[in-house]
Amino acid sequence: MLDVAKLELTLNGKPIINDLSLHVDKGEIHGILGENGTGKTTIANLIMGTNNYKPTAGKIIFEGQDISGLSVSQRAQKGITLAWQEPARVEGLTVRDYLALSSRNGQADQPERFLLMVGLEPAQYMDRDIDATLSGGERKRIEMASVLAMRPKLAILDEPDSGIDIVALPLLLNSIIEMNKQGSSVLLITHSERVTEISHRVSILCAGTIIRTGPPSESSQWFKDNCQTCLHINEPEHTN
Amino acid sequence: MSQSTLTKMIGNSVEKEYQGMIDAYEKAGGDKRVLQTKDVAKLVVHENKVLANDPIKGLKIETKETKSGVSVKLTVEEGAKIARPVHLCFGLLPKEGLQEIIMKVDAQDNSQVSVIAHCIFPNAVKVIHKMDADIEIGANARFDYKETHYHGEDGGIEVIPKAKVKVGKGGIWQSTFALSQGMVGKLDYDFEVFCQEKAIAELTVKVYGKGNDDIKVWEKIHLNGAGARGLAKSRVVLGDKARAEVRGETYGNAPYARGHVDCIELVNGTEAVARAIPIVSVTNDKAKVTHEAAIGSIDRKQVETLMARGLDEDKAVDVIVKGILR
Ligand SMILES: Nc1ncnc2c1ncn2[C@@H]1O[C@H](COP(=O)(O)OP(=O)(O)OP(=O)(O)O)[C@@H](O)[C@H]1O
Ligand SMILES: [Mg+2]
Repeated sequence: MLDVAKLELTLNGKPIINDLSLHVDKGEIHGILGENGTGKTTIANLIMGTNNYKPTAGKIIFEGQDISGLSVSQRAQKGITLAWQEPARVEGLTVRDYLALSSRNGQADQPERFLLMVGLEPAQYMDRDIDATLSGGERKRIEMASVLAMRPKLAILDEPDSGIDIVALPLLLNSIIEMNKQGSSVLLITHSERVTEISHRVSILCAGTIIRTGPPSESSQWFKDNCQTCLHINEPEHTN
Repeated sequence: MSQSTLTKMIGNSVEKEYQGMIDAYEKAGGDKRVLQTKDVAKLVVHENKVLANDPIKGLKIETKETKSGVSVKLTVEEGAKIARPVHLCFGLLPKEGLQEIIMKVDAQDNSQVSVIAHCIFPNAVKVIHKMDADIEIGANARFDYKETHYHGEDGGIEVIPKAKVKVGKGGIWQSTFALSQGMVGKLDYDFEVFCQEKAIAELTVKVYGKGNDDIKVWEKIHLNGAGARGLAKSRVVLGDKARAEVRGETYGNAPYARGHVDCIELVNGTEAVARAIPIVSVTNDKAKVTHEAAIGSIDRKQVETLMARGLDEDKAVDVIVKGILR
């Protein structure tokens, strides 16, 4: 479904993504584990085409086509979407309208359902704006609901768990599993092993490169043993 | 030709024009039912002809047709609380023409009304629409005024709304002027409000300029009575080669007067030009007037958020602009 090959990105002379290769299967939840600053959000932006990031080298192949030259809209129309780590606030745009425009046919069937899936009471939220009056956690959950409404082929979720409390987290993880069952592949970016448990495979990111990929439990353990105790974060040459 | 045939012909042409206005209004996204309902107070003026004048208990609408428009005197009787909004509809369907509305409003003490004006110019190529309003809001009266314009795509229109509003002790004036459907053309908006003791004035302007639109907005609030409050708010979005100059002025001339100027202009496109001139002035040491004015571009992340859900860039910008101007 998604093949990223030998991707490089240099920003202001600083290499952020280095020789990064990644493969996401159709129907897969693929976790990406990485400490702060290892390049997780940067990869999300590169695949989605946002933030004006253009790879310095390498390829991003989606369903057999190199998408690195496509606009954000074109990528989304192919079925890729992104839930931001810090979603934007939009004055005057209601949750209802956001869900409607997110859904593929421009009209969410039962938009209430998507709010319930992320644990928000529709009557309370449907007519509110997605502006600064929403709390951080509420905005994140609405972001997730809008991805659910879109039923994408590939959902890139950038730390969907950040700002989400422990009561809501299981709901959120369930909604990802549900979305996956309905046919969406997921690139699940996080620095929490708890979240990667729902993945089929997990890749570990360090200094903008993927240093290993494996089953969730194995990758988590490796991450715990090596990355969380690492004294030289972002220096992959020190890992074994 | 017999008298009755002539009356019928005039009747028919009025009906035709009325239908034309309603159709244009609906096409522009308005809800035509409000202009067709019987028990809603309304005034419909096409060019210089009054097509409908349905007052309601407590509200008098007197009109006089002039060569170039209509003189309107609107009286809200003392103590009258008009439950449903009153609809005013001004328009001009031909490509060319002039419409001058002279408006006198007398909202007497303790009265309350909400007036919605629909200004419809769908085919304008060379049209001038002027309004000169002289408005008096009595003590403890409340007047809400919302004027929404529906323009065509040509931009050959000049809109010149001017109003002087006096708000009596404890009275409230709230107005919103919205022009975001179709091309603005040339806009010269000038509203000036004088507030007496504990009176409240809120002026809001929302405009979306495109093409070669030329926009001038001038909001002035004089807080002349103790404890008077004022807000001059504007939201202007500019694309293409549109230009806008927004002046928000607030004068705190009495103790405990509180005023604020809030102006945001967003520029989408490299050739648009936005200027903001906030003026705040205080002549009484117990008054306080503040201002914020910001000119910026449309937030890229907001646009990309919507693009990542499949909207084209233009559509995404449109949704964001509509949100700001809502
Ligand atoms: N324009 C830039 N110029 C230089 N360095 C940059 C630029 N933008 C991002 N970076 C750096 O790139 C690195 C990767 O950033 P990124 O946001 O992808 O990290 P992340 O893995 O998502 O981190 P977090 O867990 O904190 O969200 C960081 O070290 C960041 O400082
Ligand atoms: Mg990040």
